[in-house]
Amino acid sequence: MALPKYTEPHYRIWHYVYLFICACVFFFLIAPLFVIFPLSFNAEEFLVFSDGMKRLDPEAFSLRWYEDMIYGTKNPWGLAAKNSFIIAIFATLGSIILGTVAALGLSSRHMPFKGLIMATLISPMIVPLIISGVAIFFFMAKVGLAATHLGIILAHIILGTPFVVITVTATLSGFDHSVTRAASSLGSDPVNTFLKITLPLILPGVISGGLFAFVTSFDEVVVVLFLAGLDNTTIPIQMWTGLREQLSPTILAVATCLIVLSVLILVTAELLRRRTERLRGINR
Amino acid sequence: MSSETQKILTTDGIPLEESLKKAEKKNKIKAFLLVAPLLLFIIITYIFPIGEMFTRSIDDRMVTNMLPKTFKAMETWDGKELPSEEVFASFLSDYRALAEKKEHGKLGQRLNKEKNGFNTILKKLFRKMKKFEEGNAKEQIMAIHKRFRDVKYWQAIKRTAPPYTMGKYLKGMDMYLNEDNKIVQVEEDRRIHRILWLRTLEVAFFVTLFCFLMGYPIAHLLATLPMKYSNLLMICVLLPFWTSLLVRTASWMILLQQQGIVNDFFVWIGLVTDDNRPEMMYNKTGTYVAMTQILLPFMVLPLYSVMKTISPSLMRAGKSLGGTPFVAFWKVYFPLTVPGIGAGCLLVFILAIGYYITPALVGGASGTLISNQIAYHMKATLDWSFASAMGLMLLTGVLVVYWIYNKLVGIDNIKLG
Repeated sequence: MALPKYTEPHYRIWHYVYLFICACVFFFLIAPLFVIFPLSFNAEEFLVFSDGMKRLDPEAFSLRWYEDMIYGTKNPWGLAAKNSFIIAIFATLGSIILGTVAALGLSSRHMPFKGLIMATLISPMIVPLIISGVAIFFFMAKVGLAATHLGIILAHIILGTPFVVITVTATLSGFDHSVTRAASSLGSDPVNTFLKITLPLILPGVISGGLFAFVTSFDEVVVVLFLAGLDNTTIPIQMWTGLREQLSPTILAVATCLIVLSVLILVTAELLRRRTERLRGINR
Repeated sequence: MSSETQKILTTDGIPLEESLKKAEKKNKIKAFLLVAPLLLFIIITYIFPIGEMFTRSIDDRMVTNMLPKTFKAMETWDGKELPSEEVFASFLSDYRALAEKKEHGKLGQRLNKEKNGFNTILKKLFRKMKKFEEGNAKEQIMAIHKRFRDVKYWQAIKRTAPPYTMGKYLKGMDMYLNEDNKIVQVEEDRRIHRILWLRTLEVAFFVTLFCFLMGYPIAHLLATLPMKYSNLLMICVLLPFWTSLLVRTASWMILLQQQGIVNDFFVWIGLVTDDNRPEMMYNKTGTYVAMTQILLPFMVLPLYSVMKTISPSLMRAGKSLGGTPFVAFWKVYFPLTVPGIGAGCLLVFILAIGYYITPALVGGASGTLISNQIAYHMKATLDWSFASAMGLMLLTGVLVVYWIYNKLVGIDNIKLG
């Protein structure tokens, strides 16, 4: 973004002002996440930087909140983490399977009522979560699935499939259908063609849709608040209760772990994106 | 005969047109079968329940089912003077049937909502009716309390006769149906819902505005910087995007508390004195700050994906044709980014208008929004029909925003980033 030499002075000043504004916004976006790291190692119970921490005194730091998170009394986090992972994994699998199959149908040019069906399929993403929560709760209560893992998994499949449908249809829009026709003409049956030809080609789209679905489920709290019983508490529910009642540093330890997890997800998503771009580059 | 011979036939003797139609139909069914599982799943578990919210919100069959004989007898009553003996007798018999099932309490509560003071006189009726003699129900009931002699109480019963009511929707707008069947507003000091609706709109509008003002420059920077720098800066946008909502809310709760870092900073630069630290959380300020930061990525990503496609040579052409950089920006660059602005603003506005978690945690009493009210009625008062009514009002608002957006920009411009 270097300015050309002939730039007039007042534009030059404006340019630096613009860069300064951008720097402030980036700081605003990212800085709050970094407050959590040091405070989660606080030796004291308060959520402010103690004098010892400001002097970088090693005694002011400790791992006690991480210990509390893992071995604490009445440890709620272990159960919550287990539930969260079970629910998120099954919800992701369900979303991927239902969403990918539907996307295959939707990107066929023979599909009737495409617009209407697409709108229906992605509606859970458009409707405010609180309304989805109320509606899904009514359904689950009626069929007796409220306060069960299955109920929450189904609810998260509803919320997760739109992402898979969107990413996979986007991938399929650049898909060369002559390769599947070639496979069929060589005697492959449709299922085999899908598994051997189509799936490997659209896999990046499927995985990135799956990542969205996973994060949606793993981070979802509004619908779970309506649906969950005591046995189905998840990490977000536990954090929600903790934040409402008292802000203990243990929550910050959990939050740090979650940030690490999101860094991992970010890296995966970014690698996938680059891979797709590279593949497209070769195709061109 | 002649037209048939002109038709092109396939090898098995069927006209080509028909054969193609058949193949087309087969393909259509095939495509539809692929979509069918998800479509059915969404319709059954999601679309129908939303429809059910509607029936639940207007359902008022409770009293209708409780007093079947009374309403039958009331059909001929004009509602101006006290009803006939027949109505009184049917009411007594309905009420006795209810008392046997121990459901008379519910009726009292429901009718009390329609007309204040109903519950008391029904309780009195419950105690006295055991000693009633056969026949002449009208006089005996009227003797219990003077309110039974007031025609307004009987009109209140008649008003509950229709199995459907718009009452919950009126309540959501701080209005109700009065004795003369007219829609009137509740007293000024009790209009809580209207304040919430306005506040929700206000917060959603300003959060969208702030996100736009902050998101536009950085999206522009990301789109114009060389790849190796922009990829690095993109992390600043993507990391919050992928991080748990509750984690980000928690970090704002730490930052904005009275002894928190933001206040420390204000004291340090001398903006406020140490013993006079402003309250930045549990009010609207907290809601604004936290929601803007949380929703900012949803503004930046669509803007970025649109700006990325705009060729830098356009700006150079604008400048070379004599425009100052500002004119070139305003006349050339800005109009090209409108689809991105539309998508980003729509996304942020829709997310903000239905926001629940962050306002509930950092909003306090003055920062809560309409979704908090819906959740409150779902979980605390258990008035599910009212929660449904407000949910559907919110949904209508969201759909109107979509409709406007579709007219202005076109819905196909939404991208996930």
